[in-house]
Amino acid sequence: MTLAARITSSLPAPLRTQRGKTALAFAVALVLPFLGHNGGFTNFLADAGAFVLLALGLNIVVGFAGLLDLGYAAFFAIGSYSFAMLASPQFGIHLPFWLLLFIASGIAAVFGILLGAPTLRLRGDYLAIVTLGFGEIVPQTFLNLSQWTGGPNGIGSLDQPAIGPYKFGFDALPYYFMVLGLIALAVWVANNLRTSRLGRAWMAIREDELAAAHMGINTTTTKLAAFAMGASFSGLAGCALASKLQLVSPDQFGFNVSVFILAMLVLGGMGNIPGVIVGSLILSALERFVLPQGTNFLHSLHLNLDLTNSRFLIYGVILVMMMLFRPEGLIPSSQRKAELHAADDDPTAAAHEQTLYTEGVA
Amino acid sequence: MHFDPTLFAQQLINGLSLGGIYALIALGYTMVYGIIELINFAHGDVYTLGTFFSLAILTLLGVTGVVTGPMLIVVVAVTILGAMILCGLTGVIIERLAYRRLRNAPKLAPLITAIGMSFILENLMLYWKGPSPIPFPAVIPNPEFTLGAVTIQAKQVMVILLAIVLMVVLQAFVYNTKLGKAMRATAQDKDAAQLMGININTTIALTFLIGSALAGAAGFVSGVYYGSTWFFNGFGAGLKAFTAAVLGGIGNLAGAMLGGFLIGLIEAMTTQFIGDQWSNVVVFSVLVIVLIFRPSGLLGEALPNKV
Repeated sequence: MTLAARITSSLPAPLRTQRGKTALAFAVALVLPFLGHNGGFTNFLADAGAFVLLALGLNIVVGFAGLLDLGYAAFFAIGSYSFAMLASPQFGIHLPFWLLLFIASGIAAVFGILLGAPTLRLRGDYLAIVTLGFGEIVPQTFLNLSQWTGGPNGIGSLDQPAIGPYKFGFDALPYYFMVLGLIALAVWVANNLRTSRLGRAWMAIREDELAAAHMGINTTTTKLAAFAMGASFSGLAGCALASKLQLVSPDQFGFNVSVFILAMLVLGGMGNIPGVIVGSLILSALERFVLPQGTNFLHSLHLNLDLTNSRFLIYGVILVMMMLFRPEGLIPSSQRKAELHAADDDPTAAAHEQTLYTEGVA
Repeated sequence: MHFDPTLFAQQLINGLSLGGIYALIALGYTMVYGIIELINFAHGDVYTLGTFFSLAILTLLGVTGVVTGPMLIVVVAVTILGAMILCGLTGVIIERLAYRRLRNAPKLAPLITAIGMSFILENLMLYWKGPSPIPFPAVIPNPEFTLGAVTIQAKQVMVILLAIVLMVVLQAFVYNTKLGKAMRATAQDKDAAQLMGININTTIALTFLIGSALAGAAGFVSGVYYGSTWFFNGFGAGLKAFTAAVLGGIGNLAGAMLGGFLIGLIEAMTTQFIGDQWSNVVVFSVLVIVLIFRPSGLLGEALPNKV
């Protein structure tokens, strides 16, 4: 029995259902910030939460629809800059935060469609490289158009969210609860999409685009919907993170960020919502706690090695090792696990799995 | 803006020599894509590694500046061959470790490991030489010729010539030798090639060896040409070289060459007439436009969708 299964079976009956486990996870998340010793931990949780949102968004594009988007940070950039331009002294526009959540995610979704419309006819690997190119163009453009975007300095002193007279201020706690709310929304949306007609169409395209098209799925609009939906999530994350940091600047949105988010998916399990959340939290924690602590530990052993410099090396190793040895991720969806490991339990399935694999279906 | 024909001619020379480097890298992308339909993201980093290896070899030889006379030929030959061999082996190792197991897996899988390998190589180079730009000795004497108002440097001529010579040798190898025939057969149909007695593992490894060796040569040339390098050099150069391969028609050797020179020209002209900070934006826009309107590239044949 796996560890996860053992934990599940030790839970009281009402919590063993999917809904029960989700409720339990959110209950834990609600008390989590009060367990830390200082504001630093809450700050970390709020940032990590924003990346969970990003991972959930990319999961729709890569995990559900099977479109490798290597420039996802571009949509994150567009969402963040939309918020920054409409809620700062930059142009003297100060729209209310809650309205901007919709506007920024809407703008990001529109750009998802604008980029997707001409490129989604491309084969998978070409799409990857075009999105990568787009991911390079967008931050560079924000950097170059300095009369509007503040160039390398970005846009600062952004408006803080407020509920009536209560302003969020500089403490991370209200931002954390806001992000948690947005995650709840995103999980709800993603989960419902997954089992909807659209979600099933995405997965059909992921498994075999040609067959899906022959079954009457309009592959272009379906893929566009994935791009738009994924991009809109990054708009939410952009608003949340930009309002918390009070700043956007072009260096927050490089290729590294896109790969960081992709590594979360690969680690946790592409296509599986709990897996993606766990993968995202693991990598955020690795970056914020494990590497600095490890470096301190090495220093105490008089080894002068700075592990924080090697985080991209670690993401690279994660991508390679996971794809080679556990392509379904740490917490796979039951379906994917069955596809990739049918042979482990049932020797007669081995031949079938081999056929699936060679034909590129699995 | 006033158009200046002298500046245009000058940028033509600069663009062609820049393009020679891109062309050499693009050959590796196009060969690997031609045979296993994989965008080898790590290829750009193998190219940077070529500069690093060249630097290490020059340090071993004790070369720190311009070399003249017969020694020049020895030094250049030893360094280029050394960098080509080391890079070629790196390419073979990468294929063995990260791609071979995934040859029959869904296409996303090797693409993701390729990105992973790229990150790993970049960070190993970061550990090796640190994050700052690294100076590269000016090995080759660099007299300048003037043609009217246009200046041509010896090293620019060297880049262009080397790219063309290596390209001709490669073309001859692929089309006139038995191993080259095996490569073309494997590219067309792996299963049928295997039935005809071709060892496809060896053939694919050979493709990686040659492609990466060319990147190694490009690495040496770029070190001499720019006079410096840094660990992240391969990311941008690799993307541009891939754009070149796509522009020329991926899988097509002459196309990669043509695409390389065109991308070099586009970059040089953008830098001169629009502004340096827009050159990446323009090059990637070219990539997007080519992929949308002519995904088979300038010299490529349209690929049918494999069922």
